[in-house]
Amino acid sequence: MVKKMEIKNLSKIFGKNGKKILKNLDAGMTKGEILKKTGHTVGINNVSFDVKAGEIFVIMGLSGSGKSTLIRCLNLLNKPTSGEVFIDGENIVEYNRKELQKFRQEKIAMVFQHFGLFNHRSVIGNVEYGLEVRGISKMERYKIAKEALEIVGLGGWEDNMIHELSGGMQQRVGLARALANSPEILLMDEPFSALDPLIRRDMHLELLDIQSKIKKTIIFITHDVNEAFKLGDRVAVMKDGQIVQIGTPEDILNNPSNEYIEDFVKDIDRTKILRAKHVMKKVGVVASINTSPKVAIKEMEDVGTSSIFVVGESREVLGIVTIDDCLEAIKNKESIKDILRDDFVTTHKETYVQDLIPMAVNSKFPIVVVNEDKKLLGIILRVSVLASLI
Amino acid sequence: MFEFPDIFQFEIGVYVERFVKWLTDNYTVFFDIIKDGVLWFLLRIQNGLLWIPWFVVVILVFILGWKAKSFKSGLIFGLMIFLIGTFGLWEDMMLTLAVVLTSVIIALILGIPLGILIAYKRGAEAIIKPILDAMQTMPSFVYLIPAIMLFGLGTVPAVFATTIYSLPPVIRLTSLAIQRVSKEMVEAAHSYGSSPFQTLTKVELPQALPTIMAGINQTTMMAMAMVVISSMIGAKGLGRNVMIAINRIDIAMGFEAGISIVFLAIIIDRLTQGIADRFKYPE
Repeated sequence: MVKKMEIKNLSKIFGKNGKKILKNLDAGMTKGEILKKTGHTVGINNVSFDVKAGEIFVIMGLSGSGKSTLIRCLNLLNKPTSGEVFIDGENIVEYNRKELQKFRQEKIAMVFQHFGLFNHRSVIGNVEYGLEVRGISKMERYKIAKEALEIVGLGGWEDNMIHELSGGMQQRVGLARALANSPEILLMDEPFSALDPLIRRDMHLELLDIQSKIKKTIIFITHDVNEAFKLGDRVAVMKDGQIVQIGTPEDILNNPSNEYIEDFVKDIDRTKILRAKHVMKKVGVVASINTSPKVAIKEMEDVGTSSIFVVGESREVLGIVTIDDCLEAIKNKESIKDILRDDFVTTHKETYVQDLIPMAVNSKFPIVVVNEDKKLLGIILRVSVLASLI
Repeated sequence: MFEFPDIFQFEIGVYVERFVKWLTDNYTVFFDIIKDGVLWFLLRIQNGLLWIPWFVVVILVFILGWKAKSFKSGLIFGLMIFLIGTFGLWEDMMLTLAVVLTSVIIALILGIPLGILIAYKRGAEAIIKPILDAMQTMPSFVYLIPAIMLFGLGTVPAVFATTIYSLPPVIRLTSLAIQRVSKEMVEAAHSYGSSPFQTLTKVELPQALPTIMAGINQTTMMAMAMVVISSMIGAKGLGRNVMIAINRIDIAMGFEAGISIVFLAIIIDRLTQGIADRFKYPE
């Protein structure tokens, strides 16, 4: 994918002599020491990363880790003390006022933690704001704003005032306001933190749904590790103004780079992150539909199980046979086909482990992972799913 | 030896006096222009107020009171202004109102931009805030002296003194209101590429409006208080009736003029407050 943004050695120090203090930071003083000795607060310290076009890039960290400062450097609400922010190859830090206004009007939009809505305007008035600032005609901006409201599911609420809406609806207005501008980049600063858990879950799904249609580059800030891993194509974990690790959720979960991250991901509900493909086992031994029950028993013995999956010629799963049925079949001179059982469950490799739990509970046999052509990819032992419940 | 020694003498008043004299000597034309302008404006308002038939005023006060507060308030306010008329003070009331209105309008024209300036520039705040403090604690009579020196006797110096006296609240509350606009709202305005002027007019001022309205209410009340005092330098109106009553020890006249001022003040306060409340945004 194309690089949309490239952030290089970005630092932000709050206070009068930020530039001078930067040297102390480079010399190895810690954030705490600098605050004590100079009264300057280090917001972010030498951060570099890339964001690809069309991905959801999540920045995760506890409060005070500098994540909000960082996201505000990306549209220059905070002026970085040093470093560069390249967007489509242009260093936005060097923009003059006119260029910056144009950049903010056309390329980037932001959604705020406490919504940042204008309560002196109606819902549509809020959504129109960005277009109004750009000088788009009244008729046209009304039309665009109305469409944006439809996208977030607030059609018909145009003329209501902001206070008449619930928190979740207010944030939808915030999202619609950002979308109306049709920006290439969407900055979301803890947009769902102020919402209650159920509404937050709805908003997650909705965001993913909208994103699958519009394919924006989204920078998403959160302190919630579950939210980060659920939404993020890639996640950056921040601590004390620095990025500790960047990677896909699975990377971070499976290879935490240090204890801090380990601690962080401890709380996470793995079943919501891990998918079937992460927990399945490749199966070396299966029985062909054309073999005899005797051969099947032999194969079971080799791998030490009491049942075996039966596949057709192109490795499509046909069923399962158990050791008891095979013994019976040999006695009755039956073939594999006659004793084939189909009371097992199949799943797709992208299914979340969370969704496998009910299947694992209700099934006697391992869960079979298949592709679109029903071909066997692997099996998931019930123990690997159910163990995650403890 | 415990008395303050005579050798430490610094009569600052003399210099202030010289400064004011210097102003009047060298800038007579300037002050004449101001005087003529204010007088022209004042007379328009005054004539306009006196032109409105009395019953229209009573009904208007009733309706405004009803809309801004309640039906009962409307009735009471209408009755109050009717009573002032029955005391034979209708015209005096209108003259007083004209000075108050003129002063308040000038105070707003000066005060709101100054308030915005203070909100934006820390330097301006450091200079203007102490001056505002001094203006508010200075006994109101003191403003009459430069007013006379600059504009002579009459209604214009009264407007001048009243404007100066009533200016601080609107400046203070405007700057306070703008500084208090939620940080996220201002960030939102910036993040969508608003120019500084757009941020001010589309977000900050509308957000500040309820508080500015409260400032206007206070400014009006201050003006109301000052306009009575400024009758000492020749302003016509209810204040002058009080002055005459004091000189003649005329209790009846003093009471009528006094209670009329109270009625007028109550009506203006409640109406502007009621209107200010309308501007509040629900959270």
